[in-house]
Amino acid sequence: MLQKLFKFKGGIKPAHHKAESQGAPIAIAPLPGRLVIPLSQSAGEAAQPVVAVGDRVLKGQFIGRAEGWLSSAVHASTSGTVVAVEPRLMPHPSGLATLSVVIEPDGEDRWLPLQAPDYKNMSPKAVLQYLQDAGVVGMGGAGFPSHAKMQNSTVLEDLVINGAECEPYITCDDRLMRERAGEIVAGSRVIRDLLQVKRVLIGIEDNKPEAIAAMREAVEAMGETTFSVVVVPTLYPAGGIKQLIRVLTGKEIPVDKRSTDLGIQCFNVATALSVWRALNLGEPVVNRIVTLTGNVEQAGNWEVLIGTPMNELLALARPKADTDGIIMGGPMMGISVPAFDVPVIKASNCLIARSPALFPPPPPEMPCIRCGACARVCPQELQPFELYWWSRARQFDKAQAYNLASCIECGCCAYVCPANIPLVQYFRFSKGEIRAAAKEQKMADSAKARFEFKQFRAEREKAEKAEKLARAAAAQAAKLAAERDTPPGGESDTAVYAADAKQAVIAAAVERARLQRAETDSRDA
Amino acid sequence: MPIAPPISSPYLHAETSVRRIMNQVMLALLPGIVVYTALIGLALIVQVLLACCFALIFEGLFQKLRGRSLASLQDGSALVTACLIALTFPPLSPWWLTVLGVFFAIVVAKQLYGGLGQNPFNPAMIAFAVCIVAFPALMSQWPAQGLHLPFSQQMEVIFGFSPRIDALTAATPLDAIKTALKMDSFTGSIQDLLKSQSLYGTFAGRGWEWVTTAYLVGGLFLIFRRVITWQTPVAFLGSMTVISLICWLIDPARFSDPLFHLFSGGAMLGAFFIATDPVSGCTTPAGKLIFGGGAGLLAYLIRVFGGFPDGIAFSILIMNICAPLIDVYTQPAIFAMQQGGKKKERDHA
Amino acid sequence: MEILIAIAVMALGALTLGAALGYAAIRFKVEGDLITGKVEAILPQTQCGQCGFAGCKPYAEAIVRGEAEINLCPPGGDEGAKKLADLLGREFKPVSGGGDGEAVKPRLTAIIREAECIGCTLCIQACPVDAIVGAARQMHTVIETLCTGCELCVKPCPVECIDMVSVPETLATWKYAYPIIPIKSAERAHDVPNNVGAMNDTQSSHRKVA
Repeated sequence: MLQKLFKFKGGIKPAHHKAESQGAPIAIAPLPGRLVIPLSQSAGEAAQPVVAVGDRVLKGQFIGRAEGWLSSAVHASTSGTVVAVEPRLMPHPSGLATLSVVIEPDGEDRWLPLQAPDYKNMSPKAVLQYLQDAGVVGMGGAGFPSHAKMQNSTVLEDLVINGAECEPYITCDDRLMRERAGEIVAGSRVIRDLLQVKRVLIGIEDNKPEAIAAMREAVEAMGETTFSVVVVPTLYPAGGIKQLIRVLTGKEIPVDKRSTDLGIQCFNVATALSVWRALNLGEPVVNRIVTLTGNVEQAGNWEVLIGTPMNELLALARPKADTDGIIMGGPMMGISVPAFDVPVIKASNCLIARSPALFPPPPPEMPCIRCGACARVCPQELQPFELYWWSRARQFDKAQAYNLASCIECGCCAYVCPANIPLVQYFRFSKGEIRAAAKEQKMADSAKARFEFKQFRAEREKAEKAEKLARAAAAQAAKLAAERDTPPGGESDTAVYAADAKQAVIAAAVERARLQRAETDSRDA
Repeated sequence: MPIAPPISSPYLHAETSVRRIMNQVMLALLPGIVVYTALIGLALIVQVLLACCFALIFEGLFQKLRGRSLASLQDGSALVTACLIALTFPPLSPWWLTVLGVFFAIVVAKQLYGGLGQNPFNPAMIAFAVCIVAFPALMSQWPAQGLHLPFSQQMEVIFGFSPRIDALTAATPLDAIKTALKMDSFTGSIQDLLKSQSLYGTFAGRGWEWVTTAYLVGGLFLIFRRVITWQTPVAFLGSMTVISLICWLIDPARFSDPLFHLFSGGAMLGAFFIATDPVSGCTTPAGKLIFGGGAGLLAYLIRVFGGFPDGIAFSILIMNICAPLIDVYTQPAIFAMQQGGKKKERDHA
Repeated sequence: MEILIAIAVMALGALTLGAALGYAAIRFKVEGDLITGKVEAILPQTQCGQCGFAGCKPYAEAIVRGEAEINLCPPGGDEGAKKLADLLGREFKPVSGGGDGEAVKPRLTAIIREAECIGCTLCIQACPVDAIVGAARQMHTVIETLCTGCELCVKPCPVECIDMVSVPETLATWKYAYPIIPIKSAERAHDVPNNVGAMNDTQSSHRKVA
């Protein structure tokens, strides 16, 4: 079946660097000495720990409960003992520590007894709940909880399975499609049935002929007529969700809409596989395929337990002596990890050993000459140099007016910039400031509302009190009129007495507190 | 092994730099310089070198004075400006006129506005405009056709050891037409006039037509190498063709044909090398069309009806003023904007 | 006769212009409350009273009446003062009396050392935004997400059990920093700070006239 393809504007063609790692089959990485499993591995809220130090856990056992709908569960990747539940560094550009569960493996790698759910007879809501509990998140790098993407309220037409893998160096999806095409197609079928879409489009860049062949074979073996494997031209960022949807369907997703608003949903091939494993085997996400490449002797793809420290993993590829860092993800959109021993997480599709020779430090930034090279390669058809001017001048409202929000941070602009301006970082900076300002505004609005309500309440109480006093005074006057002989003053004596009593209570409490603090202090000393 | 400081992605960078772009522009100027030198003599090379040396000196001096790094000397932008000045000034101008032009371009038009990327006007055109207003006589002294001074004599003229030679005061073909147009007694036709003055070559000013053809070749090279985009030069030459064609059709005796205009004066140089200056020009595709079109039209009007021999410098400077506004109003639609995306209201204040 | 025509023309002109101006004054009347609302929207709503007024709204009203300076709001910082200056067309003055850039305090939140709380409810009464819960003789606690960090609860506490602590950065609040790339070559990285300063001072270019 010939599929009409569309084009997106812009895009770049950096050197692929896929040959290094795409040759060898996926190997299974050995058990590491320690596993550090961060509890915030997906977009949305971090999971809440449900294990304590000293607990014995089995592989696949629940260790973090999803917190709210936009969150995903976390599981033990192997059997062993929980030795710590504490903040640890995670692969995040902030270099911040997040609550993590540290497990010392017992070497047995013993699974929890797995039970596949009867998902065909379960309600869609229950299936989504199951996927959330199985910790299924987007494996392409973004880590968005998958169940949240399957809750469709609109009628969908197309399901896009993203096997484009457009970033240089990364080959994990390529190997996965070559070796586990059947499971990917089966997983896609499950998603198709859940979303009730008419058509499944599997988009693969034309630089992966073996993967294309394997996927086509798997689709044919399944006898699925609604599936088509579509070969898309190799052009970065063809694997960006908006660009891939554009290429496959001709539809363009605006920044203020979701793809489902246009009848399309999109999943990565590795995510489809996780869905299949969760529903057909009852297996939660405890491992993933990671490409090890870059400044190494032997690049390749490994099946890795989530939580494996990156230095232990990278050692398998024998990094060269001048390795000075690790990039997680691709070289266009990945992040420099803050330390060598941060763990592999669900979104870690690729580890690239950095070296000054392979990734030279950025040359000094020069003034923008408005050459427009960035605008010509921007797949979102933005004017990055305009966004740069406004971001640099911290004029965020202007940056927004020039559609900063539409930027997908693909890095094409910075790649071609002759002045070496770190454009993407300027945009990330601006976006962060805008997001923070919006949050602050929201907080200020709520503070204002509460302040006004408090004032209103105070007014009301005052009015009520005044009314009460007036009534009491009236009653008093009536009483006085009735009993002229009674000497005045009794009333106020009681009031004074009451005030004294209150003072005394506070004084007593203050004294108690002082004693208590003194006691604490002396204990501390 | 210590971990390298984290930087923001992307970690890859294309083989490109400002210097590379400027080098390509200079490469594209080379055919023009070669043909021009063949026509005029080595004096042109001397002027180019003179301009380049002083451009670097002024740039370095003012970068230093402004407390900036001298690394910007390597970006080549000052050299491109210098070359344009040498090519637009009369080739036998006295040396101090060239240096003065370079001073205005580099110091006043560029450094005082904040250096590379900050200048609202094209520096070379500021130099030309200042000099032609301040020294109209010197800036109009083009060597007469067929005047082949030996190199030593050219040097004497440039460096002021020898009195100015009368032959230098010859007018360019453009000038000749204008002078003729302004004479009420003029009754013949432009063509006769040009031919009688033996200024006319195959399709434009004699000899000069080949220099401008060489500029055209260089300009096409720049488009081919994607250093510049097609919009500005096409709009520039297009609008000049249209307006000159209209005038020519109305009165062929008084107005010369489009071909003559395209290959005379600084039209080709202006269209491909000056109007395309990204810093002072428009950036949006539609803006470039307006910018180029406006510059071409104004250049024709100034060179035919105005008081100066050629209109390229003033037309481009006028369009430079308008460029930011044109850009604001010609922002292209972004991805998905046609397909139901909300167009954000842009504040034009 | 001619003089009469001249007078008539001038009178007519004056009348027309007067009518147009009068109409414009009605048609485009700026509501006083509108500008107060805009000023208030810029203020951070911490209700801390550091400006000397009993909350953000009274301060906004005082600014609009011209009775207060625009640089009295420490939580809003210089950034806020700049916005006010832009909105009102007044001259910008730094908040911290001439200090540059340091005016914005890190965001704080109040924490009650609950073991020491005597349940006097004084802090609850002091809190302008109802961010403290508790009842008489019961332990009180601060709802941290609602706390504006105004510090108004600290003084009333008779046992001094309220601390102001800075809000720690989390993955959710972390932001990318302003790019700092040395302008000179990497070998001269030691003089980066100077270069960065030099680079950032020309933040807006001529382009911004558009």
